[in-house]
Amino acid sequence: MIGCIVDNNDQEEARQRGRVTNNGSYLMKFMKFTSLMVAGFMAATPVMADLVFPSLSYRTGPYAANGIPFADGYADYFTLLNERDGGIGGVPIRMIECETGYNTEKGVECYESTKGEGSLVYQPLSTGITYQLIPKATADGIPIHSMGYGRTSAANGKIFSNVFNYPANYWDGASIAIKHLLELNGGDLNGKKVALVYHNSAYGKEPIRTLEELSKKHGYTFTPIAVDHPGQEQKSQWLQIRRERPDYVLMWGWGVMNQVAIQEAANIRFPMENFIGVWWSGSENDVLPAGDAANGYKALNMHNIGSDFPVFDDIQKYVVDAGKAAGAGDQVGSVLYNRGVYAAMLAAEATKVAQKIHGVADITPVMMRDGMEALEITEAGMAELGMAGFGPEFSVSCENHGGSGKGKVQQWNASAGKWEVITGWIESDRDVIDPLIMEDSKAFAAENNISEGCS
Amino acid sequence: MSAEVLYTFEVILNGLMAGVMYALVALGFVLIFKASGIFNYAQGVMALFAALTLVGLQNGQVPFAHLLNAIFGTDMHYFGWKLPTIGGVPVLAIVLAVFVMIFFAWAVERLVLKHLVNQEPIILFMATIGLAYFMEGFGDLMWGSDIKKLDVGLPQGGNLWLEEATAGWGGDAFYGFYIDNLDIWATLFAAILVITLVLFSQYTKTGRALRAVADDHQAALSVGISLRSIWVIVWSIAGFVALVAGIMWGAKLGVQFSLSLIALKALPVLMLGGFTSIPGAIVGGLIIGVGEKLFEFSIGPLIGGATENWFAYVLALLFLVFRPQGLFGEKIIERV
Repeated sequence: MIGCIVDNNDQEEARQRGRVTNNGSYLMKFMKFTSLMVAGFMAATPVMADLVFPSLSYRTGPYAANGIPFADGYADYFTLLNERDGGIGGVPIRMIECETGYNTEKGVECYESTKGEGSLVYQPLSTGITYQLIPKATADGIPIHSMGYGRTSAANGKIFSNVFNYPANYWDGASIAIKHLLELNGGDLNGKKVALVYHNSAYGKEPIRTLEELSKKHGYTFTPIAVDHPGQEQKSQWLQIRRERPDYVLMWGWGVMNQVAIQEAANIRFPMENFIGVWWSGSENDVLPAGDAANGYKALNMHNIGSDFPVFDDIQKYVVDAGKAAGAGDQVGSVLYNRGVYAAMLAAEATKVAQKIHGVADITPVMMRDGMEALEITEAGMAELGMAGFGPEFSVSCENHGGSGKGKVQQWNASAGKWEVITGWIESDRDVIDPLIMEDSKAFAAENNISEGCS
Repeated sequence: MSAEVLYTFEVILNGLMAGVMYALVALGFVLIFKASGIFNYAQGVMALFAALTLVGLQNGQVPFAHLLNAIFGTDMHYFGWKLPTIGGVPVLAIVLAVFVMIFFAWAVERLVLKHLVNQEPIILFMATIGLAYFMEGFGDLMWGSDIKKLDVGLPQGGNLWLEEATAGWGGDAFYGFYIDNLDIWATLFAAILVITLVLFSQYTKTGRALRAVADDHQAALSVGISLRSIWVIVWSIAGFVALVAGIMWGAKLGVQFSLSLIALKALPVLMLGGFTSIPGAIVGGLIIGVGEKLFEFSIGPLIGGATENWFAYVLALLFLVFRPQGLFGEKIIERV
């Protein structure tokens, strides 16, 4: 199509030049010939196929410190596939990065400006952006992967056909934290006090309902304590914790709120081993500013940590050493970099499944959705990728877009300056979470006139 | 006394301390507004930039490392040395950071303000918005956007002596008064800063020139006071105040982008205390600090908590209704 336009324009231009003077008729003929050759070449050359993965990143703004390592990991894994394997299934990957600044409006703008490029899957990396994109992407037939964030009840694929939140969601996180506490207390939390320090936003409020349900089941007293955005001042909240003396404090924080909360917990001498953050409150950025005081702080994670996996050797060789890293190459192995790598790996694996299902290498977003819905992550598969044990084994289906709901607990070792995984994979309490997912997703379906079903 | 009453006192004490931290930020706004009538939107970013510079200099970080590495294909991030400290206090880095802030003041005057003399205040305000966004990006480019630990040798954590001395006053349910050591130091520094600023403006020639410019630009110009020099001086002092605020808040949060958002905490203080009064900034800070903490303590639990951000503005608006110029602000009388 582009070739045709160039052809007509060039011919018209050549004709007009011919009318101006006959002196250069040979030159004109030559130019016309050349332009026709170029146009013909362009028309004859097939458009190079590529697999488009947009990256809605935030390298600027208050959350840049967290956005950069994730975006670097996401980009570096795709660069590795291009450099080492020539893409996925022989089709090169084209990643389009769009800066959202963690701003919902900008995120929607990024979506609108990149969806026409053949974008296969969006990872909004923000609960606010995810909520806005759910109806848009569903209407456009493009899948969303909100890994460990976004709308939790999107795990019900019969209602949220285009939204996936595997391998775990916020409610899984709340349940995993409580299961860890149960383990520490011989399976009994009766009479214990559990507080939740949460970011006063849709994201921070997500686990409240689950923790309330779990408190009924396990007999602990639950106290939610809200922190207003951005969370630089938390004196009131931590004085309340000091007065009420909960046995455990859970945290659903993000950005500066995490660093301040960890510092304040240390200030009131709250036992750090009894303070557990969700996976968005468990990066190096969150603990380093508090120094030694952060020692013993715990956080959940949905994937493994460190760089002791063969895939990182390949990233070093094909990406960092080749000067093709998205960043300075200094984030490799950090918690959020690994999360970016993990997200990219899951996207790449879903692409392979889609290629297999549809028998074409250059897949469309609709095919990608099918690939995501049939995704199966096994230990053998991860080992083949050089990522043995990096994440939990899980499979996705139309009924379950949320994966296995498993997570681990990691603990900060301040003297070593690194996180250490202290548990195996902990499975969330499906008896409590599944009914909540059904209830919330059905309410969404009723509000939006969506009929349940699998295609 | 019951534990509940003692805890109320504890909340008031901590509110006062938080108020001092807010006042530290508000002071910078007041200084510039008083001397030039400019509401400096970039004050919060100046605190961030000052703290970034301090940490960068202290740790021997290579400025613009990412840019240099990208251009020259190098891989340098640190020089490999750290500046010496005295008793754990990075004195040399602080002094160098002060010089950087003075240079910043000079550059702002030279590149921005000089060209906007005699413009409407709203134009100058818009210029500071542009400056703020430029500085955000410039600071990131110069020192990176990762979160840095700021260690200036100040103790952090609850004051043990006070806690132990008062524990049990209200029975077993009272665990002693809690006050953060860092807040105590911040109060001390704020007091020294205010006294120094007051003495400077009252008893030095430059201080009197500052007051003259604040009083009437035209009259000050007519007696030979250089407006441009005064702007450099006042922006330098505001830069120094931003450094102090950046150190205190940076020790709490780590040095990161969110430091620039502390300006949001200063706005209600300015509305309440007045834009032109140094004591107003302090008193305003204390009222806002105590007011928001007491409200959160008493009413917060009944309405879901997280009331502090909005209640500070409600409190400031209440004061404004009765005293539009703020508690200590100059009453504006315009004759027509």
